[in-house]
Amino acid sequence: MRRRSLLAASSAAMLLAACGNGDDEGGENGAAPAIEGDENAPANLVFWAWAENIQQVVDLWNTKNPTQKVQLSGQAASDELVSKFLTAVKAGNAPDVVQAEYQALPTLITNNALADLTSAIDDRTRSAFPEGTWNLTSFGGATYGIPQDVGPMMLFYREDIFTEMGFSVPKTWEEFGVLAKAVRQKDPKKYLTTFSPGDAGWLSGFAQQAGAKWWSNTDDAWTVAVNDEATKRMLSFWGGLVNSGDLLGDPMYTPQWNSQMSDGTIIAWPSAVWGAGVLTGVTPGLKGKWKAAPMPQWSASEQFTGFWGGSSTAVSTSSSQKAQAAKFAKWLNSDPEALAALAKIGLYPAASAGQTAEVLGNPPEIMSAQPDYYTTAAAIAKTARGFDSWGPNTNVTYGAFEDLLPTAVKNKTDFTAVADQVQNTSLEDLKKQGYQVA
Amino acid sequence: MTTATRRRKPAAPYLMAAPAVLLFIAFFLIPIGYAIWLSLHAMRVRGRGFGVRTEVFVGLENYISAIGDSAMYEALVRMLAYGVIMVPVTMGLALSFALMLDVPKVGLKSFSRLAIFLPYAVPGVIASVLWGFTYLPAVSPVTRIFTEAGLPAPDFFGDVSIYFSIANIAIWGSVGFNMVVLYTALRAMPAEVYEAAKIDGASEWQIAWKIKIPLLAPALIMTSVFSLIGMLQVFSEPNTVKSMTNSITPDWVPLMRIYQQGFIENDIYLSAATSVLLALVTVLLSLAALAVFRFRARRSS
Repeated sequence: MRRRSLLAASSAAMLLAACGNGDDEGGENGAAPAIEGDENAPANLVFWAWAENIQQVVDLWNTKNPTQKVQLSGQAASDELVSKFLTAVKAGNAPDVVQAEYQALPTLITNNALADLTSAIDDRTRSAFPEGTWNLTSFGGATYGIPQDVGPMMLFYREDIFTEMGFSVPKTWEEFGVLAKAVRQKDPKKYLTTFSPGDAGWLSGFAQQAGAKWWSNTDDAWTVAVNDEATKRMLSFWGGLVNSGDLLGDPMYTPQWNSQMSDGTIIAWPSAVWGAGVLTGVTPGLKGKWKAAPMPQWSASEQFTGFWGGSSTAVSTSSSQKAQAAKFAKWLNSDPEALAALAKIGLYPAASAGQTAEVLGNPPEIMSAQPDYYTTAAAIAKTARGFDSWGPNTNVTYGAFEDLLPTAVKNKTDFTAVADQVQNTSLEDLKKQGYQVA
Repeated sequence: MTTATRRRKPAAPYLMAAPAVLLFIAFFLIPIGYAIWLSLHAMRVRGRGFGVRTEVFVGLENYISAIGDSAMYEALVRMLAYGVIMVPVTMGLALSFALMLDVPKVGLKSFSRLAIFLPYAVPGVIASVLWGFTYLPAVSPVTRIFTEAGLPAPDFFGDVSIYFSIANIAIWGSVGFNMVVLYTALRAMPAEVYEAAKIDGASEWQIAWKIKIPLLAPALIMTSVFSLIGMLQVFSEPNTVKSMTNSITPDWVPLMRIYQQGFIENDIYLSAATSVLLALVTVLLSLAALAVFRFRARRSS
């Protein structure tokens, strides 16, 4: 009935839609309790995202799907987007599709703002991503977002300065610490790197690498372990180096940091795969002078890294075009052409097919010293491990870290004490909100 | 019949006032009412595991947590430290500039007036980024001048100096505005008063102290209250400089604490309660300041 009335309403549009979607999967919407409707029906979707130049990918969709228009609305990232999106859902004018960072998903889900996409994810879509990536968007057996990009962490370093000073790339954190001191001794103007205390996302990447499990949910009750052994080991390592003056403790992304990264005051940067794009912007004069290596390890015998950043595409509960929205989200993150376009605008796609050298092409110009940059990155990406789960109040945990850690750096106090304080804040907040806490 | 005609009032005044009243209701009363409504509610989780958050009525619970929030008191203390620098310096500079411009036979008046006023036109966030450059040692021209001269460079982000650094941005931006208000008030004063004073043999200094400043009292009161309110609302300067230093926490001043509650911790309910409390403090403080000023003005006259 529904379909016929739609046909009657705009048969021409339907025909066009059918042509435009020739290369997409056919309308495979079987018994779908959560996502209802015809995913090929005409639609006008509103998409909130912050990724730079993502309009190019949206344009590609719009040319191929003339009856299912997507209108992009550029938004600010992280906490600001979360608050804005939640408010919009409450006000009933939320977008259909939203770019959501992985750690923001639990907050959005518990606010009942995201549609359960489980039934819309067919086998083809599922197999397009490494199974571990689905953990980032699945909670309690249901999937709420299509993974978009991931940020496996790696170590960027100034190859020219390392060679000149006779340093080799540290393989373990222990070597990293020794090197930090050596840099100071050899040239008091230089620092190996800076520990930026106000970036909780960066910090959680280090924690993941160390094997921390900040949140877990068993028998429907939450366990919070922000001060677990792995996190404390990691924090005490950085605290020792920063408080002794072997490393800087200044925030990154400041005009000062830009200048120090350019003039060789800072000679290494633990970052994520997208860091090459940042380096291009910050140190334009250093083309071919940066190289990337795997992150230093806690034990020489293992090989792990963590994730910094990364986001997914999700559908809002208030959307009246959920099926079409889900179709767009799937296309955006798994269609070969879309993946190539995402890679071109600097996102490191979460889909396996998006991480091959063919899609990613030549290394970014800044990394021209390393022709196999993307092959290296893909190998590093395979060693990445995330938390088992993000907490339902990750924003509070992040906020507490960003509140306390800069003060610890300023006052040269124990970093591990911060972990204990953050643990208390996180737990208290969970209890206050009414969550079951183990 | 007679009562009906007597009751009929002309509609014009109501019609003319209607747009203003509607705007007042839409952009003033409704948001305040909504904020109060929000402050009496909270999101609570129902069900196990992830559960679902639902909005529930919690009475004064948010107010109790807002009043018991130690971070807020620390923020208030920092705000006061900032205000102790910002308010008197702004007012002192604005008054001095206004009086100087008002002295006859001072050249380049319109140029100076514009130059002093110009920073007011620069948005707070941009001014903060601008000053941030000057404060960061590796890129600061000030630090460079000091080191080139072989002197120890000042630390703009020290425990004490940070208050001066932040106050400086606000002072730089607001002196011009206050100066224009005071200067305009000065220009509006009758010239005969000055002529009479000159005939009596008063110097420019005496005219300024004995005549101009007392006559400026109403304008000074108004600008002082504005500065006080500006102190209570300080946000964009520290919030922008925050990303450049470890010396400014996300809850550095009251409005930043409210922002943190609302947009980082996603608790707009608690944030609304704290806002209502801060608004009350603002109103009370403004009224108190006005009362003090009025009392003193009346006594001196």
